Amino acid sequence: MISFGPSEEQEVVRETLRGFAQEAVRPLARECDEESRVPEDFLQGVWELGLTSTQIPESYGGGGEERSPVTNTLVLEELAYGDAALALAATAPSQFAFAIRDQGSEEQRQAYLPLFCGDAFHAASVALVEPVPAFDVFSPRTVAESKGDAWVLSGTKSFVPFGDRASHFLVLARAGSNGSGRVEAFVVPRDAEGLSISEPEKKMGLKALPTHSLTLERVEVGAADRLGGEAGCDVARLVNHGRVGLCAAMTGLSRAVMEYAIPYAKDRHAFDQAIAQKQAVAFMLSDMAIETDSMRWMLWKAASQLEQGLDATRSAHLARAYAAKQSMKIADNGIQVLGGHGFIREHPVEMWYRHARCLGVLEGVAAV
Amino acid sequence: MIDFELSDNDKKVFDHLRQEALVCRNYARHYDENEHEFPPDELPEAADFPSLLKVLGGRTEDDTGMGVLSMLISQAQTWGDYSVRMRRGSGGLGNAALRAAGTPAQHEKWGDLTLAMAITEPGCGSDPSLVATTAVLDEDAGEWVINGEKIFVTTGCRAEGVVIWATIDKSAGRAGIKSFLVEKGTPGFVVAHKEKKLGIRADDTAAYVFTDCRIPRENLLGGKEEIPKAGSGGFKGVMKTFNMTRPAVAAIGLGIAEAALDFTREQLEQADVTIDYGPGMPNQSAVAQKFQELEASYEAAVLTVLRAAWLADHGKPNNLESSICKAKAGSAVREVTQGCIEILGPMGVSRDHLLEKWFRDCRITDIYEGTGQIQNLIIARTILGYTRKDLK
Repeated sequence: MISFGPSEEQEVVRETLRGFAQEAVRPLARECDEESRVPEDFLQGVWELGLTSTQIPESYGGGGEERSPVTNTLVLEELAYGDAALALAATAPSQFAFAIRDQGSEEQRQAYLPLFCGDAFHAASVALVEPVPAFDVFSPRTVAESKGDAWVLSGTKSFVPFGDRASHFLVLARAGSNGSGRVEAFVVPRDAEGLSISEPEKKMGLKALPTHSLTLERVEVGAADRLGGEAGCDVARLVNHGRVGLCAAMTGLSRAVMEYAIPYAKDRHAFDQAIAQKQAVAFMLSDMAIETDSMRWMLWKAASQLEQGLDATRSAHLARAYAAKQSMKIADNGIQVLGGHGFIREHPVEMWYRHARCLGVLEGVAAV
Repeated sequence: MIDFELSDNDKKVFDHLRQEALVCRNYARHYDENEHEFPPDELPEAADFPSLLKVLGGRTEDDTGMGVLSMLISQAQTWGDYSVRMRRGSGGLGNAALRAAGTPAQHEKWGDLTLAMAITEPGCGSDPSLVATTAVLDEDAGEWVINGEKIFVTTGCRAEGVVIWATIDKSAGRAGIKSFLVEKGTPGFVVAHKEKKLGIRADDTAAYVFTDCRIPRENLLGGKEEIPKAGSGGFKGVMKTFNMTRPAVAAIGLGIAEAALDFTREQLEQADVTIDYGPGMPNQSAVAQKFQELEASYEAAVLTVLRAAWLADHGKPNNLESSICKAKAGSAVREVTQGCIEILGPMGVSRDHLLEKWFRDCRITDIYEGTGQIQNLIIARTILGYTRKDLK
């Protein structure tokens, strides 16, 4: 049955997060961007909302609520409406936790899920991107050689959230030394021998989200450390959850731009009228409304397919590609509507413009 | 619950419509190239097919709402062909207007007629306040006297009657515009000609002339003869009929775009170009990337249409959303059909295939029921909280 109706619970969650984004996220965004850091009490504050723990089964110490990519999508849009970088920082641990929750072996679930059910923020992240031109997530250069009962990982990963403090990384690598095997994911603890973690990466946008590069030099992990254990995992599913997450962030960002540009355009006068009264400007704004809606419904469709356990590869890919294109255009026009002020760091629009360019080319820093 | 999957009952409907559409498609080229002929009201094959009403029987609350479903039905039908239908429905746009604005007595009297809707005039398109057709009341005779010209009247030749917009007081501007029902055969009402068009050629589009055409006083739709005072929203009553027609027109265009995408994908597959959604940029061909871009625009547009219809199904206002979907679909169908031809190259413009026809057929959907620009104007006014005076 085709329905655009969130459940009552989802409406409540959305309202709560909308308020949180306005009061606790947006006011921090500029300072965090300038200083390239995320405040500890912010991470702790979001942690207390239970975004990660509530959807972990009670038997592992979690809230035992239904695993709902749709709810998480609503949450991420609202947080990213506040600020995309802080939204990703707040939800980065979820990506690791949900991957274990969805595809981990029983042993892995018991070992890792309780880490995310404590009172204090716990960082762990997925290492997916590599520093190569036009990176393709399904063709990583990082390899995992099978060595008896163990795996030996070699390669470089970049854009790994919380590299400075994550307890574990879920590293995507191609299994088999000749580069022909399937892509698998491996749990690597931060103190693994052969793993080196870089200084914080210096980025154009999403500066508040701390990211690092990992270099893996023959890092050995056990057979049981492959995600899913002996069965391995469905990497496409992992990637799809990530793509939908990014799409949610891009939707929130687009709405932020639109809602900032509208009052500005009504307030700013030129040639005896508000610039919003000129069709050339008004149509940039109406286009933002059209595309933000479009993005959101594509996002919801992909998220609901994930939720129902259907193959969401096509929907997630199209939604992400579309959101990347449209959110960039919206942020671009956001600057145009503000004119010179859009270029000035007093307004958040130039920051969103930088965020949008980053979000559109990333994989693996968000998940639903 | 947020859900985008069709129920089993829904799927039955679309399996049926696909079979019908495939039959209709066999006739598509013929009626495109022979525009003087009308497709028959019922195709010979229709005898063996159950009616849509029958197929729609036995629906439950776990099935998709009727507003959303009817958008998908329109789309499934135009996937076959824009003009050729297995069975022609009896309703025209005028029937929708009658349902929305007519009195019970008027429903009773004209409900069974096929009614066209005539708004556009040679000098008035997107701005209906410029309507020049006049209706003057002859109190003694108890009749309205209609004078004026109407063009682009959909189903205008076949229709048994028409709902027209005419002004009863030009000085009152938009508030003076009223809807009147004129039956075919009324003296002074002439179908001047059938229009010759870029696409949807088999479709019946007429031009009307009214010369001292007298109709009974009670043919004023809704029966209210007084002119609403400025700002009382009288014109909005007239505009009400657009709420579901904009999504419907969007859906009609999207059925054509879907046909173009399906055809293009088939042709590419035959040429060993597969469309795969997993791999990133370096492992995708330019053709596959282009195709996926078109698909994404199409998907986005379909979802905005379903959203607008879903709101209506739930009794929520959808004026903004119906304009959003109309604008989105209007541009998406152009992008898709133009892009499919780009992908297939010269074979895309060959009349051996229907793609070139779809490219021509869908073009109208960004124009009628309000051009993309008009939709943008409505959207902009809504999100800015502007009146039409604030943003012209």
